[in-house]
Amino acid sequence: MNRAIFASLLVGATAPAFGVFLVLRRLSLIADTLSHVALAGVAIALLTKAAAPFVALIATSTAAISIEELRQRRLLPGDAALAVFLYGALALAVVLISLAEGFNTTLFSYLFGSVLTVSILDILWMVGLAVVIVVFMVMFSSELAQITFDPDLAQTNGVRVHTLNLALAILTGATITVSMRVVGVLLVGALIVIPVLISLRIVNGLTRTVLASSMVGVLMSASGMIIAFYADIAPGGSVVLTGISILTIVELFAFASRWRNRHRVGLESFGYHKHGHESHAHGATGDGIHADHTHR
Amino acid sequence: MVADTESQTNELKNVTSGDLAAIPIRFDETWYSYGEQVVVRDINFSITPGEFAAILGPNGSGKTTLLKLAMGLLKPTSGSVLLFGQPAHTFKDWTKVGYVPQRTQATESRFPASVKEVVGFGDYTGFSPLALFKRTNKERIDIAMEIAGIQHLANRRVSDLSVGQQQRMLIARSLVRRPQLLIMDEPIAGVDAAGEDQFHAMLRQLNSELGMTIVLISHDIGAVMREATTCACINTDIVFHGPVHQLDAQALSKLYGFPVDVLMHDPEHTHR
Repeated sequence: MNRAIFASLLVGATAPAFGVFLVLRRLSLIADTLSHVALAGVAIALLTKAAAPFVALIATSTAAISIEELRQRRLLPGDAALAVFLYGALALAVVLISLAEGFNTTLFSYLFGSVLTVSILDILWMVGLAVVIVVFMVMFSSELAQITFDPDLAQTNGVRVHTLNLALAILTGATITVSMRVVGVLLVGALIVIPVLISLRIVNGLTRTVLASSMVGVLMSASGMIIAFYADIAPGGSVVLTGISILTIVELFAFASRWRNRHRVGLESFGYHKHGHESHAHGATGDGIHADHTHR
Repeated sequence: MVADTESQTNELKNVTSGDLAAIPIRFDETWYSYGEQVVVRDINFSITPGEFAAILGPNGSGKTTLLKLAMGLLKPTSGSVLLFGQPAHTFKDWTKVGYVPQRTQATESRFPASVKEVVGFGDYTGFSPLALFKRTNKERIDIAMEIAGIQHLANRRVSDLSVGQQQRMLIARSLVRRPQLLIMDEPIAGVDAAGEDQFHAMLRQLNSELGMTIVLISHDIGAVMREATTCACINTDIVFHGPVHQLDAQALSKLYGFPVDVLMHDPEHTHR
């Protein structure tokens, strides 16, 4: 149980932080594709009795680099490349499973996650990869921010965009490999994306968004695990459903506050003044901001 | 050494025969095509230090492609593009260059960065492993925001800005490093008339007081006539390149393919 909690918190902290860069570059679905590639990797590992995280890492990295190169060279549109790899990997996994019956239960645990059965070795793999991911994000914080903002601008600012894109692709594979034991291959994408969507609503600033995503990820994993434990349900599904509940609440709040703002601005235009802090903040800025504001 | 640029005016030829490394941009028999379609055909000209050059041309004339070639974002199909004497696509010394694109990828999404953070990108001088813990050059960033007139927006989220404000943010970003060469792709699309005057005053100041070389893609022929010192008219080929006061209705008509009246300027007054 301790191992399970540690693993889920570790993943909750790492995967969403890295996910910020995927979501902002509109690459959310790459996580889904790579997780299916990871599944094929796991199937190969089980068949050849190699270490599953290792094979999964190799498979996801290779796929990620290929997808990136196809996208760069415009050989295939980005989403088409993703589709080809997703179905190709899934088909390969299915074929491998049919070749060697008998490891279906293990594979099942990768599909839906089996955080309760993580071994010490799994934990070591996860810690190692998590450390690499975090160190990379810290070292290349400025470059990552710039590439995410605009690759062309980054390049003309002296950032080595191509090399960094490849590194990012490999680390996406690493993130998937780390996360798949906890929530399972089918739900990995949700763990990477949902905390980011929540954070984008609640904080400003790129660094803060990364930190907030990490915290929301921990919160989501921890509460999901607790619910799973007491309700005796599947941890992976529980974690993701918890995340979606938080997202729904945050989006509702955002919607409500937008609605209230619009209502208030409407009243102000009829001479009704209610001093909200926001109208003060914008008051001194001039140059058409008021116009912007009222249109929203 | 560079005397083979026959298409240029004599005036410019004299300047370009200096040291190549001092020439901000030099197109040398530059061709570029997307597949079969040639978009830039045999372009030869140089932007000399201190020049305020406007690039004019109809939509789809290859202006943006030309700037992307100059910024090394595209590699010429044949010929060369030199940026301070180095081939643009392998250029390293980016602190000399400021670039303001037409639009960015991030501005359409929910990008969470503040204006200050994006302007701070301009302070980047290369990879440094501990960059996250280093102080940013706050003074330079503040000055750049002041020049672009966006100090009051410093903490606003990028995705909350209007198009004109985003453009000013990108201009501020490009000014942080105090570049020798400033390249802008239609920087004032979406800026209102008052903002336009401010913007031109700013460019005038950067060019005449700081000696910054400026290259500007523009649709505003009137403003070009008033502000720029030289002008390059592009329509796949180069139609005209030379001092702005030599640009006449004939060249413009050739450029746009229909008669253009140049009523708003008078040759005597074009040179500011």
